[in-house]
Amino acid sequence: MIALETKGAGMRFGGVVAVDSLDMLLQSGETVALIGPNGAGKTTAFNMITGVYKPTKGDIIFTRDDSSQSIAGKRPDTITALGIARTFQNIRLFSEMSVIDNVLIGMHMHVKSSIFGAILGMPKYRSEEKAMREKAMELLEKVGLASQAGAQASSLPYGEQRRLEIARALATAPSALLLDEPAAGMNPKETLDLTDFIKMIAIEFSLAVLLIEHHMQIVMDISDRIYVLDFGKMIASGTPKEIQSDERVIKAYLGEGADD
Amino acid sequence: MIQNLTTEMFIQSVANAISVGSLYAMVAIGYTMVYGILRLINFAHSDIFMMSMYFVFYLITIFALPWPIAFIAAVLATGVLGIVVEAAAYRPLREAPRISVLISSIGVSYLMENFGVVVFSGIQKQFPPVPAFQSVVVIGSIYFQKLSLYMPVVTAISVVGLLYLIDKTKIGMAMRATSKDYETAKLMGININTVISTTFAIGSMLACVGAIMWGLKYPKIEPYVGIMPGLKCFIAAVIGGIGNIKGAVVGAYLLGFMEIMIVLFIPALSSYKDAFAFIMLIAILLLRPAGILGEKKADKV
Amino acid sequence: MKDLSKNASRILTAVALAGFAVFLWLAYKGIALGPYEARIVRLSGIYAIAALSMNLINGFTGQFSLGQAGFMALGAYTTSLLVIPPEAKESLYWVEPINPFVRNLQAPFLVALIAGGLMASFFAFFIGFPVLRLKGDYLAIATLGFSEIIRIFITNLIPITNGPVGLKNIPSTANILWTSLSCAAIVVLLLRLMKTSYGRTFKAIRDDEVAAEAMGISLFKHKLMSFLLSAFIAGISGGLLASVVGAITPAYFRFTLAYEILLIVVLGGQGSITGSVVGAIILSVSKEWLRFLDSGFNLLFFRVPEIAGLRMLVFSLLLMAIILFYRRGLFGSREFSWNSIYRPIAFLINKIRKPKKEAGDDSA
Repeated sequence: MIALETKGAGMRFGGVVAVDSLDMLLQSGETVALIGPNGAGKTTAFNMITGVYKPTKGDIIFTRDDSSQSIAGKRPDTITALGIARTFQNIRLFSEMSVIDNVLIGMHMHVKSSIFGAILGMPKYRSEEKAMREKAMELLEKVGLASQAGAQASSLPYGEQRRLEIARALATAPSALLLDEPAAGMNPKETLDLTDFIKMIAIEFSLAVLLIEHHMQIVMDISDRIYVLDFGKMIASGTPKEIQSDERVIKAYLGEGADD
Repeated sequence: MIQNLTTEMFIQSVANAISVGSLYAMVAIGYTMVYGILRLINFAHSDIFMMSMYFVFYLITIFALPWPIAFIAAVLATGVLGIVVEAAAYRPLREAPRISVLISSIGVSYLMENFGVVVFSGIQKQFPPVPAFQSVVVIGSIYFQKLSLYMPVVTAISVVGLLYLIDKTKIGMAMRATSKDYETAKLMGININTVISTTFAIGSMLACVGAIMWGLKYPKIEPYVGIMPGLKCFIAAVIGGIGNIKGAVVGAYLLGFMEIMIVLFIPALSSYKDAFAFIMLIAILLLRPAGILGEKKADKV
Repeated sequence: MKDLSKNASRILTAVALAGFAVFLWLAYKGIALGPYEARIVRLSGIYAIAALSMNLINGFTGQFSLGQAGFMALGAYTTSLLVIPPEAKESLYWVEPINPFVRNLQAPFLVALIAGGLMASFFAFFIGFPVLRLKGDYLAIATLGFSEIIRIFITNLIPITNGPVGLKNIPSTANILWTSLSCAAIVVLLLRLMKTSYGRTFKAIRDDEVAAEAMGISLFKHKLMSFLLSAFIAGISGGLLASVVGAITPAYFRFTLAYEILLIVVLGGQGSITGSVVGAIILSVSKEWLRFLDSGFNLLFFRVPEIAGLRMLVFSLLLMAIILFYRRGLFGSREFSWNSIYRPIAFLINKIRKPKKEAGDDSA
């Protein structure tokens, strides 16, 4: 079943075309990677899907529980509420808040009590808060951060911050998860753990995962399919095997220089 | 409630609007230049304006200097004041969050007002009259203060001079570079502190010219005299597109015209005159937040 | 070194609160404080409420709003018009006769206070719609602009507000109990709010708007909530202020009033509820304490003459020093805890007891 589909979605800033015309498909339950050299437009594609930018052309369709709708140009919070969660390339945790509070923020949109009910500590709010905390602890246990629930988010080591950011995204109860360079800045051990972790959560939470990643080992290991972007254009797509032997892809990467 | 409008009244109002606009422009430039480089609403600018009026006052009444010398000395002194304010209140916060610098500018503004009350006393003073500007000329049946004829000229000369400085000189280039990309400019070896000090000096000197115009037109001084013109000129800068010098000038004239013309056509609203600027501000922020000549920038995520 | 146990902290808090309650009662009975000191305590409470209102939107939600003076004016005028008796109102309006509807409006003080808060919230709703889409300093200048617009309208709507002359003979119902208990109520309200999901969300918006939005949080809705609540609290503080000072004019609510409140917030720490209260007390007391500066004093062998405004000058210099060298304020974004007093004391005692061993520990 299709979870997410971009239909010729494109984004231009003034005269600069960041993403030309993107046709991507994400089936539920599959993990798809979006790769390409720096500046190829990958993060812009993410920002279009998650509502940070309004696409200047084309459409984006999101499907969940058999109901499909266009999400192009919707506000980021609306899109998250529909079921697309994301992480950021440069980790954006609420760094001064505790680990568990970061996760609880992800659940706030599901709170039914009004602000007054919450301040007055009405029974309804108290049971909601209790349920939220239990769920948050469960999530933290699954990602292996339960023992750090009370710690300040910024005090965690880098790899754990990445995982917390993913846990926070999961707290919004998504059906599609967008990961923007989750392995950036990780050491080989952390990278390996992360690969297993992503596989685990994809199954555990029955997610469609779309990830941007430069780390080819991860990409080849966990992706069912791969899309390749270069200068805002899709130059190839296919299984990891097909992509590895695709000449255009090799050229795009080598043409950019070996410093990537 | 539209009164019987005569051609004379209309022309007189246009002249008035031009002179008010010229005055606003001189002060608005200071706001826009500082914002362009530090991304800071310099709340203290209105008090630099106020201080410069007192400089003129004391130079003429106590030191008994002839007005041309007093004016020039006041302009220079105000430039120095601008540099001092920046060095004392903003430079120590260079690495601090932007909001801290904004708070500091509010603090300095408050400090200068209280300083004014102590040193100059809260009692209103009379701005020294300069007949060369304030004498009246009659053209047909229309009366002008000579001032209204000189003000646009002074503003035009100052703006052209400033644009020349910014477009053609080395320091101007450094200013443009810093305002475009602070970090890169620093890496390129531009002395940021010199650039910022220069910006404050120029902005403050122009504010002094504006303050002299204001003093000649509305000759009373008190420590809070800068607040209203200051706010309005900031608004003018936002209307034109903050960070953009030509925008500040356009915004200043636009605001000047709006204020004068609304009162001319709907005199019943004259006591709400000071609210127009704020209403325009809010309208422009909603309709075109980047201002008339500004460019929209996308946030980086 | 051990921290205080939770229970020990609780007991200390209970003792402190009980002590304060006794003090309040004695002050209320006129035993503990003279009228002059009581007035300072009353004003401290009011400034604390105003500072809390600003701290909610600026410190906790990260939206730099400078409109407090306008909201306080709305609260002050609404409350005053509801509590001044009709005949007294009529005699005040000598420039233009009073609007008959406004003349006959009456309410008990508590209702009038809440009405003042609601009035401020009502205006905040219409102001918030356009301005809360703005960010940072643009929001600051737009809210400041609205605050001035409110003031200009109050100055000009003479049949309702009595214009620039202002209102007088406002009953001084807000005694030390009123101000202190209102302040305590608002402190409790905000402490509770910050522990709820909504409070967390406000902080999340302050820390990172983009990330908060990606968490499904409607920025506008939550900013508006915080803004309305902040305006409500500001309105309450305005109403209490009117009752304490007895006479108000539009000029009283210039945006310089917002500056003063901002400086309290900065002094106490942006994002600290207890900080705002402590900041307000320090500010009100030191402002009074510095009063000697205005009336002339002896400096060593010199007699410093009477200088009007010297107090405020010294005061603003102190504030500049805080802004420049003590940016995070007294509490930063934390709340007061007994441990913050206990720790340094315990540390000192430890040092005195075993100075040698301490040095040895460091190198390990």
